[in-house]
Amino acid sequence: MSSAATTSPSVDKVDGFSRKSVRKAKQKRSQSSSQFRSQGKPIELTPLPLLKDVPAPEQPELFLKKLQQCCTVFDFMDTLSDLKMKEYKRSTLNELVDYVTVSRGYLTEQAYPEVVKMVSHNIFRTLPPSDSNEFDPEEDEPTLEASWPHLQLVYEFFIRFLESQEFQPSIAKKYIDQKFVLQLLELFDSEDPRERDYLKTVLHRIYGKFLGLRAFIRKQINNIFLRFVYETEHFNGVAELLEILGSIINGFALPLKAEHKQFLVKVLIPLHTVRSLSLFHAQLAYCIVQFLEKDPTLTEPVIRGLLKFWPKTCSQKEVMFLGELEEILDVIEPTQFIKIQEPLFKQISRCVSSPHFQVAERALYYWNNEYIMSLIEENSSVILPIMFASLYRISKEHWNPAIVALVYNVLKAFMEMNSTLFDELTATYKSDRQRLAGVVKGATPMTTNMKLIS
Amino acid sequence: MNVKVAILSIQLRLNSIKKLSTIALALGVERTRTELLPFLTDTIYDEDEVLLALAEQLGNFTMLVGGPEYVHCLLPPLESLATVEETVVRDKAVESLRKISQEHSPVDLEVHFEPLVKRLASGDWFTSRTSACGLFSVCYPRVSSTVKAEIRQHFRTLCSDDTPMVRRAAASKLGEFAKVLELDYVKSDIISLFTALASDEQDSVRLLAVEACVSIATLLPQEDLETLVMPTLRQAAEDKSWRVRYMVADKFSELQKAVGPEITKNDLVPAFQNLLKDCEAEVRAAAANKVKEFCENLPEDNREQIIMTHILPCVKELVSDTNQHVKSALASVIMGLSTILGKDNTIEHLLPLFLAQLKDECPEVRLNIISNLDCVNEVIGIRQLSQSLLPAIVELAEDAKWRVRLAIIEYMPLLAGQLGVEFFDEKLNTLCMAWLIDHVYAIREAATCNLMKLVEKFGAEWAQNTIVPKVLGMANDPNYLHRMTTLFCINALSEACGQDITTKQMLPVVLKMSNDQVANVRFNVAKSLQKIGPVLDSNALQTEVKPVLEKLATDTDMDVKYFAQEAISVLALA
Repeated sequence: MSSAATTSPSVDKVDGFSRKSVRKAKQKRSQSSSQFRSQGKPIELTPLPLLKDVPAPEQPELFLKKLQQCCTVFDFMDTLSDLKMKEYKRSTLNELVDYVTVSRGYLTEQAYPEVVKMVSHNIFRTLPPSDSNEFDPEEDEPTLEASWPHLQLVYEFFIRFLESQEFQPSIAKKYIDQKFVLQLLELFDSEDPRERDYLKTVLHRIYGKFLGLRAFIRKQINNIFLRFVYETEHFNGVAELLEILGSIINGFALPLKAEHKQFLVKVLIPLHTVRSLSLFHAQLAYCIVQFLEKDPTLTEPVIRGLLKFWPKTCSQKEVMFLGELEEILDVIEPTQFIKIQEPLFKQISRCVSSPHFQVAERALYYWNNEYIMSLIEENSSVILPIMFASLYRISKEHWNPAIVALVYNVLKAFMEMNSTLFDELTATYKSDRQRLAGVVKGATPMTTNMKLIS
Repeated sequence: MNVKVAILSIQLRLNSIKKLSTIALALGVERTRTELLPFLTDTIYDEDEVLLALAEQLGNFTMLVGGPEYVHCLLPPLESLATVEETVVRDKAVESLRKISQEHSPVDLEVHFEPLVKRLASGDWFTSRTSACGLFSVCYPRVSSTVKAEIRQHFRTLCSDDTPMVRRAAASKLGEFAKVLELDYVKSDIISLFTALASDEQDSVRLLAVEACVSIATLLPQEDLETLVMPTLRQAAEDKSWRVRYMVADKFSELQKAVGPEITKNDLVPAFQNLLKDCEAEVRAAAANKVKEFCENLPEDNREQIIMTHILPCVKELVSDTNQHVKSALASVIMGLSTILGKDNTIEHLLPLFLAQLKDECPEVRLNIISNLDCVNEVIGIRQLSQSLLPAIVELAEDAKWRVRLAIIEYMPLLAGQLGVEFFDEKLNTLCMAWLIDHVYAIREAATCNLMKLVEKFGAEWAQNTIVPKVLGMANDPNYLHRMTTLFCINALSEACGQDITTKQMLPVVLKMSNDQVANVRFNVAKSLQKIGPVLDSNALQTEVKPVLEKLATDTDMDVKYFAQEAISVLALA
C-alpha cells in the first residue's frame, strides 16, 4: 500500500472535490457594482464650508451644493485611489445625515429633485455577477458591497429624509415615481444583507407615504416573485420583500380584494416550491397566516395548495411545511377544519410514518398542541381511521425509539378518545396483515457480487 | 369500455397517461372526440408531472381523433394546458399546439386555431399571454391578410405588455416572428418593436432582444442595416447591464455573420475590443471564447491586419487577466489563431502567449492549451513548445485534483503521437506508469485505457519492450489493488499485443495469480481469462486455462466460483 505514496510524495492526498468548509475559510469577499469603467482620472471636489458655519438663510443653497457634490461616485475596488476625496465625501454625507435629522426649514421645493438625484446616483447601479455560480446563501459568505462606507450613509440620509417631519409626499411624488421604485426593487437582489436591510426600510417608508405607488409596488413584487419561482430561482431579497408584505397584508381592508386573493394563491403558495425555501420560509409562513387571520374562508385553498406542493424528496422542506401547517392549524376555524381534514390527515399520516425521524417527530408534535388535539377529538371518527394503519405499523417497525415512544402516546390518546372505534380498527388491521403475510412469503433474498474489502 | 374507468386508472399512475393513445385507440376516433377529450379538458389533473405527459401526448393525437379534419378537437385541452403556471407544462402544450397547427387546413386554422391564439393573447393571467407568443409565427403564414393584420396587432400589444414575463416571451419569439413576416412589415413593425424591447427598463428583456437582432439583421437588405439595426446593436454592446453585454459577446459570431463584412470592420471590431476589455469578468470570458471564431470570420482581404493591430493587443492582455475563467476561456481557443495567422506570426506573436499560458497558475488554463496542441502542430510543429510543454505536463500529471490528472491522461495518446516515440519514452513513460498506481480508481482505470491507446499507436514490439514488463512486475505488488491493475492492463492490452505476447508473457502471470489470497484478485483472474481467451490458441486454452478455471470454480468464495463458471461457459470449455 506504500507504493502509491512513494510515487507522488508531493500530493497530500487531497481529493478533487472542493468542500464547502474549505471554501468558507476564504476571506470575506467584497465587490462593487459594474458601473466603473476604468476612469483613470483622479476626482477633485472643492471642499465646502460646514453647514453650521454659515448663516441660516444661506444653508439651503449650501445644502443643494453638498448634495450635488455627493453625486460623485468613487471606485472602492481600487483601495488606493482618491483617498482624500473619499474621506471628504464620507464626512459630507455624515453632515447631511445630521442636518436632515435636526434642521428645520431646509426642505425647499428645489431640494427634492436634488435629494432624489443624489440618492439615485449613488444607489442605483447594475449589480455585479455573483462570484460563484453555485452560490449557496445558507453555506457561503455573502459578497459584501465595497462602497458600503458611502452607500450606508446615503441610505441613512434617505431614510431620515423620508421620515423627516417636513417631508411632503405631494412634492416628492414627482421625483419618487414608478421608475424610481422599479430600480429600488431591483436592488433587493443585492448579495449584501446590510444593504437589503436598509432597502427594506426605504421601501416600507415609500409604501407608507405614497398612496399612489402602492398598487404598483405590489404588482412589481408580484412580478419579481413569479420570475423567481418560474424562471430563475435566484433572487436574494425574497425574505425582505416578504417581510414588508407581511405588514402590508396586515393592513388590507376587508373584504379582501380579488387581486389580493390571487396574490395569495398564485404567488405566495407557489413560492413554497422553490429550492431555497429555508431562506424565507419564516416570512412566507407569516404572510400566509396573516391572510388566514383576515379571511378564514381562504384556509381550504391554502391548505390544498400546500398539499399539492408537498415536498417529495426534501425532508428539511417537509419539516418546514409541517411547521407552517401547525401555525395555520393554530388559527383555523373548526368549520374550515372539517372541510380539509381528510386530505390533510392523509398527508400527516404519511409524515408520521416517514423513515426520516425529524419529519415523523415534527408531525407527531401536533398531538402536543391542545387546540389541534381538540379539533382531532371532535372529528376522531374521520381522523382515526386515516391515521390508524400508519401509527400501528410504526409503533412496531420504526427504527427510532423516540418516534416509537411518541407514537405510543398518540395511540393512547386515540384509544381514550374513541375506544370502540379503536378496537374495531385494531381487529381489521390485524386480520388484513395476516392475509398479506401469506402473499409475501416465498421471495428469495438477493445475492451480490460485490466485494468491498479483501 | 367506460371512459371514466379508463381515466381513473390514469389518475392512479403517471405511467398510464403515457398509454393514453392505447385508450384512445380502443375507444375509436368517434368516442375519443366526444368522450375522452371533453373529459380531459374538464379534469385538468393537478399533478404537474401528469399534465406534462398529457401535453406531450396530445401533440401526437391527430390520427387518433380521426385525422387532420378533426384535429381542432385537440385545441380545448391544450388551450387549458397552455395557461397553467408551471413553465414546463405550458411550454410542452405550446410545442404540441405548434405541431398540430401544421395539420390544420387553412380554413380550420382561421376558424379554430387563430381564435385560440387570440384568446390566449388577451388572457387575464400572464401565463396564457406568454403561451400566445409562441403561436403567432406558426399560423401567420397560412391565414388571410385581414387575419394577418390582427395577428400583428396582437403581437405588438404583447411586446408592450405590462408584465415583464410576457415581454420576455415576446422578445424571445421576435426573431422567429420576423422570419415569417413580409419584408415591408419587418421594416415597419418589427423594427420598432425591436427597438422598444432593446431599450426596455428590465435587462432580462433587453438581452433577449440581442438574440432577435441576429434574425432580424439576416432578413434585412444590407443597405437598411445601418439605419434600422445598428443603432440598437451599438447601444446593446454598451448597455449598462453586464447581462446584456454578456449576451452580445455570447452571440458575437452570429451577429458578425448577420451584419456582413463592412459593418464588421467599422463597428464590430471596436465593439469586440471593448467587450474583451469589459469591466466584468463574465463578459470578458464570453468574448474571449469568441476570439477564434471572430477572427476566422473577418473578411479575408485585411483579416491579418485587423487581428494584428486590433485584436491581438487585447488578447495579450487577457493572457494575464485577473480572472481564471477569462484566461481559461481564452486558452481554449487561442491556439486556433495560429492557423489563421500562419507560421511566422505564430512564432513571433502567439508562441510567447502559449508559453505564458502553459505556465499559468490555474491548471485549467494549462490543460486547455495542451488539449488544443494539434492546431499548433499543423502550423509550426510541436517541437517549438516541447521545452515548456514537459514541465507543464508533469505538473498537471501530479496535480492534487484527480479530475485534472484524469484530463491530462486523456490527452496522452494525442501528445504521444505528436511528440514521437523517442520523446515519449524518455520523458512521459514514467508518468504513464505512475498513474497505474494512483490512489484514485478513476485514474488507474484511465491509465489502463491510455496504455491500450499507446500500444495501438506505437505497436506491439514497443509494448513488449517498454510496457509489458512493468505491468507484469506489478503482479507481485503487496497491494492487492495494484495486483488487480495488472489484470486490468492485461485485459486492455491483450488484443493490441497479439497472440504471441499474450500467450508467452501475460498468460503465465494471470495463471499464477489464481492462487492469490485475496478473493477479488481471484475472481478478476477468472474475468481476465474470459477476456483474453479469444486471443489464445485452443491448445493453451485446453491445457493451461481450463484446469485453472476448473479449480477456481470450486473456490470457497461464491463470487470467484460464479465468474469462473461464467468464463468456462463463455469460452466453451465445459
